[in-house]
Amino acid sequence: MTAESQCRIYPEAINEPEPSGDYVHINIGPSHPAMHGTLRIITTTDGESVINAEPEIGYLHRGVEKLGENLNYTQFIPLTDRLNYCSAAANNVAYEMTVEKLMGLEVPEKAQLIRIILMELARIADHQVCVGILGVDLGAFTPFLYLFIQREEIYEIFEKTNGTRLTNTFGRIGGVDTDLPEDFGPMWNKLRDGIRKANDETDRLLTHNRIFMDRAIGVTPFSAEDALNWGFTGPCLRACGVKRDLRRDEPYYMYDSFQFKIPTGENGDVFDRYMVRMIEMEESVKIIDQAYEMYRQMPEDAPLMARVPKIIKPPAGEVYHAIESPNGELGFFIKSDGTSNPYRIKIRPPCYMIYQAFPELVQGEMIADLIACLSSLNIIAGELDR
Amino acid sequence: MPDWKIAIIKVVFIWCWTLIVAVIMTWVERRGAAMIQDRLGPNRAGPFGLLQPLADGIKLFTKEDIVPARAQKYLFTLGPVMFALPAFSAYAVMPFGDKITLGGKEIILQISDVSIGILYVVALGSIAVYGMIIGGWSSNNKFSILGGLRSTAQLISYEVPWGLAILAAVMLYGTFSMREVSLAQQGTFLGFLPNWGIFKQPLGFILFIVAAYCEANRVPFDLPEAESEIVAGYHTAYGSMRLGLYLFGEYINLYTLSAIIVTLYFGSWHLPYVDMSTFLGPISYGIATFLVFFLKVAFFLWLFVWVRWTVPRFRYDQVMGLGWKTLIPIGLFNLFITALFIQLSI
Repeated sequence: MTAESQCRIYPEAINEPEPSGDYVHINIGPSHPAMHGTLRIITTTDGESVINAEPEIGYLHRGVEKLGENLNYTQFIPLTDRLNYCSAAANNVAYEMTVEKLMGLEVPEKAQLIRIILMELARIADHQVCVGILGVDLGAFTPFLYLFIQREEIYEIFEKTNGTRLTNTFGRIGGVDTDLPEDFGPMWNKLRDGIRKANDETDRLLTHNRIFMDRAIGVTPFSAEDALNWGFTGPCLRACGVKRDLRRDEPYYMYDSFQFKIPTGENGDVFDRYMVRMIEMEESVKIIDQAYEMYRQMPEDAPLMARVPKIIKPPAGEVYHAIESPNGELGFFIKSDGTSNPYRIKIRPPCYMIYQAFPELVQGEMIADLIACLSSLNIIAGELDR
Repeated sequence: MPDWKIAIIKVVFIWCWTLIVAVIMTWVERRGAAMIQDRLGPNRAGPFGLLQPLADGIKLFTKEDIVPARAQKYLFTLGPVMFALPAFSAYAVMPFGDKITLGGKEIILQISDVSIGILYVVALGSIAVYGMIIGGWSSNNKFSILGGLRSTAQLISYEVPWGLAILAAVMLYGTFSMREVSLAQQGTFLGFLPNWGIFKQPLGFILFIVAAYCEANRVPFDLPEAESEIVAGYHTAYGSMRLGLYLFGEYINLYTLSAIIVTLYFGSWHLPYVDMSTFLGPISYGIATFLVFFLKVAFFLWLFVWVRWTVPRFRYDQVMGLGWKTLIPIGLFNLFITALFIQLSI
């Protein structure tokens, strides 16, 4: 099979005669229990083996980028919530940072710390969902709920911060609108213990479980070279053994002053992706600890917003900025013509690049592995289709 | 009382009892899952949500009965029936207690003590699998066919070790009759252990329980209905009470399998070290044996629930690998050891 036919994503492919063999086409999705929203995969199978799997995307396309052209810079923030809805705060910050970069704004340190804390909380929440769903897709439902109880606590903090839970619309251009809640300290202490306990339970139920290991180790491995060529970023790239993390390589805010490890895997298989996420949760906890310590030493009346004009009008020009979102490199490209609305917004979601390699990843594997692979990649339809 | 009346009373009692247990099991499954998963579970219908199965039943009965276009109509109807009925019928040979002496008449607490009881149960268990295969193949749905295919592959992989485990047990007890197997487990073994099958057949017990989970289609072997992979497997296209029969049949199956495990390996109605017949009256003895048997069965029913909500599921080829490469050699080894011991002790 040629490389061309592997990355074809059009449904008419299924009408073409297959080269040889007695294959069955199975249409998985867009409405299927394991399709995490509205993904669709047209699989060609020989019994249980996947001969080819062609993802078809676009079922959750809402035209976010085009909508942005008719909204002003601040109004676009709520739309970024709906990209990767498992970690909305990270999307908000990524967009706000891009606009601030275009305007040359320097965000006050206290606002930076608040953003870091909430972004890392969002990262933990995102990884919890991904790890939990991987368990569900492998048939282990229980760890998912243990993790979700803690995710609920994270949302409690979000709610206390600015009144929203899932879609945060957090921060404004030039800073943040609300300070951390007064009782963040005790809440975080409780949450930290909870996260560690839930991760420990997940470890015992999944990581060291023989069945889980059989299902995850060596399933859909990917080499570091392939991963780089396909444009992998984030945990999926690190699972392949490439130590790249924008928080360390292109540090923004105060990330270079924090102590944290960047976990890497070896084979880039389902198990490595799972382990990278599990360790990253612990590292995020450490980052939040350090950031909160710095936050506490800030004076009470330190500014939360930079000096921004009432109407945001960045100078004409182009800018691209990317941060390490939970899923990988989340970048925003903004072209401004000097008016209050962006001329063009382009989003670079990490899923989009990772999902391209999906046919290559699952070819020759079994249907059950296809599902496991999909959940370990953490493809979020919201940010894939935009 | 003439014998035929006693027989009818026993049949009706067992039929109702099995139904009640299956109904309660659906509740136990959901509340048990909730307990394991740190949540509440259904608690609205009746006290502790006990009426939830009833509400589910009413819901299933009032749903529209749909037969998918181009499905094999007769086979589609036959599937759930073939799945649920054999599980019920297996109870005909299951001893659920010792005996009651009523008016000078000994009544054995078993519908019928067939001399080939164990074979009968195994045969019925195999028929139930056809219910799944037929359901999967007749639905005209690719996910269903995959589910049917998987159950076929699973059937071949686990029934052989299952048979080997039972064979070793039969060699040990020297009988196929369920009642005689139960009676043989009285007293102690080596002076300090209860004379139960598990202590004489530890390997056989492990084989049997693994195969039982396979037979019951429970996690970690629930491949034919693996929700995240093939939607609902063989019953994807089923709705209303046809689906209800599949779901219900599964719990009856669990009950049957637990009862077989208890009968073969856990001393049936015997309490360890205590002979209840020496100090209990004839009627209370019968009731006590029934309760002991049922409590043991309840433990294994709970074990099914417990395991389901703890471990992930195997992959299709891993189940076959486990069956052919691990369980069958262990089964043959167990058979050999059992034969050796029987030869040496005689």
